[in-house]
Amino acid sequence: MDTSRSYLEPSSFSKKLAATIIIVYTVITLIPISWMVMTSFKNVNSAISYPPEVLFEPSLEGYVNLFTNRSRQSQEYLDSLPAPETWYEELVRSREMVITGPSKFLGRYSNSMIIGFGSTFASVFLGALAAYAFSRFRVPLKDDLLFFILSTRMFPPIAVAVPIFIMYRKLGLGDTHLGMIILYTVVNLSLAVWLLKGFMDEIPKEYEEAAMIDGYSRLQAFFKVVLPQAMTGIAATAIFCMIFSWNEYAFAVLLTQFNAQTAPPFIPTIIGEGGLDWPAIGAGTTLFLLPVMIFTIILRKHLLRGITFGAVRK
Amino acid sequence: MSKIKIVNLQKSFGDFTAVKNSNLTINDKEFFVLLGPSGCGKTTTLRMIAGLELPTSGEIYLGEEEVGMLRASERDIAFVFQLFALYPHMNVKNNLSFPLKMQGYSRNEIKTRVEEAAKLLRIDHILNSNISSLSGGDRQRVALGRALVRRPKAFLMDEPLGTLDAEFRELMCLELKKLHIDIGATTVYVTHDQLEAMSLADRIAVMDGGEILQADEPSVIYNKPATKFVASFIGSPGMNFINIDQGISNEQSTLNIEGTNFSIPKQYEISKGKKNSFGIRPENLSLTNEGGLKGSVFGVEYLGSRKIITVKTNFGEIKVKTDISTSVKINENVQVKPSNDNIIIFDGETDKSLKSEFMN
Repeated sequence: MDTSRSYLEPSSFSKKLAATIIIVYTVITLIPISWMVMTSFKNVNSAISYPPEVLFEPSLEGYVNLFTNRSRQSQEYLDSLPAPETWYEELVRSREMVITGPSKFLGRYSNSMIIGFGSTFASVFLGALAAYAFSRFRVPLKDDLLFFILSTRMFPPIAVAVPIFIMYRKLGLGDTHLGMIILYTVVNLSLAVWLLKGFMDEIPKEYEEAAMIDGYSRLQAFFKVVLPQAMTGIAATAIFCMIFSWNEYAFAVLLTQFNAQTAPPFIPTIIGEGGLDWPAIGAGTTLFLLPVMIFTIILRKHLLRGITFGAVRK
Repeated sequence: MSKIKIVNLQKSFGDFTAVKNSNLTINDKEFFVLLGPSGCGKTTTLRMIAGLELPTSGEIYLGEEEVGMLRASERDIAFVFQLFALYPHMNVKNNLSFPLKMQGYSRNEIKTRVEEAAKLLRIDHILNSNISSLSGGDRQRVALGRALVRRPKAFLMDEPLGTLDAEFRELMCLELKKLHIDIGATTVYVTHDQLEAMSLADRIAVMDGGEILQADEPSVIYNKPATKFVASFIGSPGMNFINIDQGISNEQSTLNIEGTNFSIPKQYEISKGKKNSFGIRPENLSLTNEGGLKGSVFGVEYLGSRKIITVKTNFGEIKVKTDISTSVKINENVQVKPSNDNIIIFDGETDKSLKSEFMN
């Protein structure tokens, strides 16, 4: 019998089984994503060819199409133009088209950034303050208030789409960055308060007391001592908030058209000649995936600690 | 450094009164210990002095200033927590300089003060370490250092040795005492450990149920306890009590228990009722063959230099601290008798000790 391991440690068989399950799950999850990334590097024809091409000649056509508006021209006209100056112009001309200007993608993408990070910051900041108050102070009707906050998540947010639409119209918040930031912050705030309250409860109040004795006000103590220790919770909360506001589609379709339209409602509207331009859509979604991925990787260290936080008392 | 005075201090949490109408004066440069069982209000008192709790009523003076309603940050006191509360996201040096940064000292001044405190506490070699890598004793020293660097008006300590193991606690006790002598800071120290209190304190206040029962020097607390609780709480083992169903009259100097006359110090106070008790410390009792309380040996504890013999009598178990040479067997019939007149009569109704020639 193998006695080299402790009873608490899983057997090598169950370790292998766990690893197999994780690998299978990872592959299943990654297939659509990798297909999407692959599509973004195909040309229009190979993207829709049947049987689907797994091996193909990579092309940046999708990315060029994503960032530009083009128009089809006759061969004579193309010949009359001076030689193309850039590689992407050359690529477009080889498809018998000329670039007529930049597409709206960059603007939509930066709208997504502003609204996504803006609402994430607002949710986490306001959530942390509220969570701290709920965790430390004797708030009248504390339990009822906490339940009330949670209850805002008991229905799908889209259920209140009509009243919000009318409200935003009257207030002039429709199709504005501020309006979308406020909306996503409101939706995320309940989650932020609840998540962060759990983390704040775990931080002994002696830390702030020590800081207050050391001459700091409660608010200063909150920023200098409590927040750094709540980093785990803040990272976890920020990721959840970011993923929600970054991916949100329904409200974005409903409330934004031009100024504040985010990438999710924009990407599916990219239409090429004779139908959807799949490589461009693939390129758009691939680029759309990146910020959340980078954000999550940066905060992953904190997140991993967050899951096991409080499991063992120091 | 300054003296601390609390006047009619009271603190209630809802219906529960944690501290009842307390009065105390802690002298300048004194090492003052608040001692009592858990839940007696000692920590609440300390937290009120610190400004971490606001009193329900009463006043707190720090020096000449009334600070009862001031915020903790406005009081210029230092507090050492039981769990140290060192900031885990900062290294030792930053922990030490944290209070100084707030007060707007120059970088050089902060550096000098931190190094000075570190040297005094012998933590100068770990200034750049992380808090999580420190041992309990070093954490304790850093916590003390953080209190020291500010040169506050007073030090408040809430069971700072409570989490250390016994051996280390003794060492830190000595260090604390030495530190106190070196810097002469007014210190208020909360503990439930009477040995710690006895060895550290210039004066001790014993608390129970939110009340200060007695505040005096350790030897007075030990020898002349003001109440039955103080007598039983202090000392290891605590004082023996023999219930007597008789009143005490003025000038009385003998007491008849079970037909034997015992001489007691001349009493100067009349007891309120007829149910009183006779208190005597184990070391003031001896075993005898006649003229004492009859009983049988119930247990013998060998303590190296002394023996504690538990005798079962009609008045309950009585502990006697005897010479190491005393040899008795379990169940052997013995008699117990006071060997001197360090005897205190406690009034059954008030639980207070009665005035006598001994308890003047």
